[in-house]
Amino acid sequence: MSSNTLNSEPAAAALDNYVGFDTITQQIEKKLLKRGFHFNVMVVGQSGLGKSTLVNTIFASHLIESKARLAADEPPRQTTEIQTVSHLIEEHGVRLRLNIVDTPGYGDQVNNENCWEPIIKYIKDQHSAYLRKELTATRDRYIQDSRVHCCLFFIGPTGHALKPIDIVVLKKLSEVVNVVPVIAKSDSLTLEERQAFKQRIKAELVFHNIKLYPYESDEDDEQEQALNESIRELLPFAIVGSERNVIIDGKAVRGRKNRYGVINVESEEHCEFIYLRNFLTRTHLQDLIETTAQIHYEAFRAKQLLAIRESTHPASAQPSVASPTATMLSSPMAPTVMSPSTIGSPATMGSPAQSQKYVL
Amino acid sequence: MRKKLMGYVGFANFPNQVHRKSVKTGFQFTCMVVGESGLGKSTLVNTLFNTQIYPNKQPAEPTHDCPQTVEIQSITTDIEENGVRLRMTVVDTPGFGDFVNNEESWKPILDNIESRFDAYLEQENRVNRRKMVDNRIHACLYFITPTGHALKPLDVEFMRRLHTRVNLIPVIAKADTLTEEEVVAFKQRILADIKHHNIQIYQAPAYEYDDEETIAENREVMSKIPFAIVGSDKEFEVEGGRRVRGRRYPWGVIQVDNEEHCDFVKLRQMLIRTHMEELKEFTNDVLYENYRTEKLSAMGIQQDPSVFKEVNPVQKMEEERLAHEQKLAKMETEMRSVFHAKVQEKEHKLKQSEEELYARHKEMKEALDKQRIELEEKRRRLEAGRPMTPEKSKKKGFSFNK
Repeated sequence: MSSNTLNSEPAAAALDNYVGFDTITQQIEKKLLKRGFHFNVMVVGQSGLGKSTLVNTIFASHLIESKARLAADEPPRQTTEIQTVSHLIEEHGVRLRLNIVDTPGYGDQVNNENCWEPIIKYIKDQHSAYLRKELTATRDRYIQDSRVHCCLFFIGPTGHALKPIDIVVLKKLSEVVNVVPVIAKSDSLTLEERQAFKQRIKAELVFHNIKLYPYESDEDDEQEQALNESIRELLPFAIVGSERNVIIDGKAVRGRKNRYGVINVESEEHCEFIYLRNFLTRTHLQDLIETTAQIHYEAFRAKQLLAIRESTHPASAQPSVASPTATMLSSPMAPTVMSPSTIGSPATMGSPAQSQKYVL
Repeated sequence: MRKKLMGYVGFANFPNQVHRKSVKTGFQFTCMVVGESGLGKSTLVNTLFNTQIYPNKQPAEPTHDCPQTVEIQSITTDIEENGVRLRMTVVDTPGFGDFVNNEESWKPILDNIESRFDAYLEQENRVNRRKMVDNRIHACLYFITPTGHALKPLDVEFMRRLHTRVNLIPVIAKADTLTEEEVVAFKQRILADIKHHNIQIYQAPAYEYDDEETIAENREVMSKIPFAIVGSDKEFEVEGGRRVRGRRYPWGVIQVDNEEHCDFVKLRQMLIRTHMEELKEFTNDVLYENYRTEKLSAMGIQQDPSVFKEVNPVQKMEEERLAHEQKLAKMETEMRSVFHAKVQEKEHKLKQSEEELYARHKEMKEALDKQRIELEEKRRRLEAGRPMTPEKSKKKGFSFNK
């Protein structure tokens, strides 16, 4: 069928016979299964909120250790450190390389000014490393993706409102990474207190103009929009984490046994852990990776390239972003504990036509 | 020398007299609660005294401006039980630990405690001491966040600064998030931290003449410090139809008054039922006296054991005399300088007029000389016999023909 220009809507054609190009989904799947997936998650929150426990609970394995200060003569941390742990987990033939970035020392000191800077720097460093790899003349076929796909932000269960430091950090984080807020240790809140707290938090987020994942998108169909709406209703997730099992009704489930009752972590009536787990792993995993690549990385990349152009043409106005230029061009990558085994690329299954950069 | 009594005298009735008197005057207790916001301080105070001392906090609208310093707010209530009246003051410290930068957040609190000591010291030194009001803080409940790990740097810093000025009673807030083992481990780590930093938390003194039961009770209460507490002012029904105070979760109801669920009962016992008077005494006898000694010796006053009267007035008179003399000396120098200035001015003027006179004198002298010379000329000409006029006219002609 002919069309006038390449850019107008192509005319629809009817097929007389079965051609067989619908097997492309299986071909893509086979390729991706061979390559494996990368998922990088970061946990941010004050000490003692159960970050390490929650990550271990979500992925049902002991992945990270709690970084508590357990001895009296151990000095408290003086700055926020960034520690990355990498694990390869497999389920039904699908291999997932999971990188967890922990931020011990965040918000723990007496003076917490600029405690978020190491975190923001780390996220930007990952973007800039990826950009550098992308811009080299002879680049790898599949660039290893170390960009942070999701940041779980832990809010303390005060029951009142967000703390000033939380607001500042949420603002800064939501500009560079997908932020998913969770209410930690929510077994200290009754159901009414939990609802009230969530309303307050949502009001404050709207007031301070903080954009959280999931974002609005025009591409979503009705089903996806409904799902995103329901997720947005539920944010922030009120969770309880536990690595240990308790016996409830003869079954061993993960939970916490108190002096007055037994909390079942996997029950929807007790806490929202199941919703968070499904959200992270069963429904939005691919979308998180894609949004990081398409929204956050693109924004970073645009700023960087404009800055480079400004700096090479000094006649124009002053450069927009000064420091990332320096980090991109000269400084070394932030050291990460990642074993370079499989070279994977972000799974952009949905739109191979758009992103020609990612060779499938 | 202990003597044995032969019969009944009756002074065993003395405590009853004291009791009657103190019940008539009523009691007074001031307690301070310190901790980050959202740890349940107001709820705990309401639970301790079974009344709504603190009204429910209304959530504020989210704003951009937030307070930058720790405030000090105090609420006083009069409660009565069985004819005994208690004036209870609770001092709250909103804003503590809530900012991004929490350095110096203990300073307003420390200043408040010390200013109360100062007020009491001033009252003691007044001439008329009939009405003395005791506003000093008798106990400070410090709320620790239930992280389960150890003390935070802010906690350690606060306790280090305040433990010499107030009775510190640490409590673990919202202890319903911790399991039994976590509570035990947490308490151990907190106590280890406290010992490591040499912090003096409140220890109940043990008296030798107490009976066994009281001693055992006291020891049990003190062994639970820091108290792991849960506060609630709501009531629920549990199985058996009883109404208890507690918090209802989907997985159970935690009862505040149940000793197996939390340490609230022990805290209440210590704070109100057994040790309230001890706390007040310790504040008065030890903490206040230490403060007073430090302050007075800083002011330079030495303790003179031979003299009974106060050293103060004599020193004051000395100071006053010195000040007076200084003032006089200053006035003298001032007057002297003024005098000098005037003298100089006058001298200057006189000198000027002298010069003027001299100049005039010189002028006049010159004029006189000139006149004399002229007259001499005239005389010479006269004596020479020449007519003056033609020469003069010639002279004139010369002079005019110039």
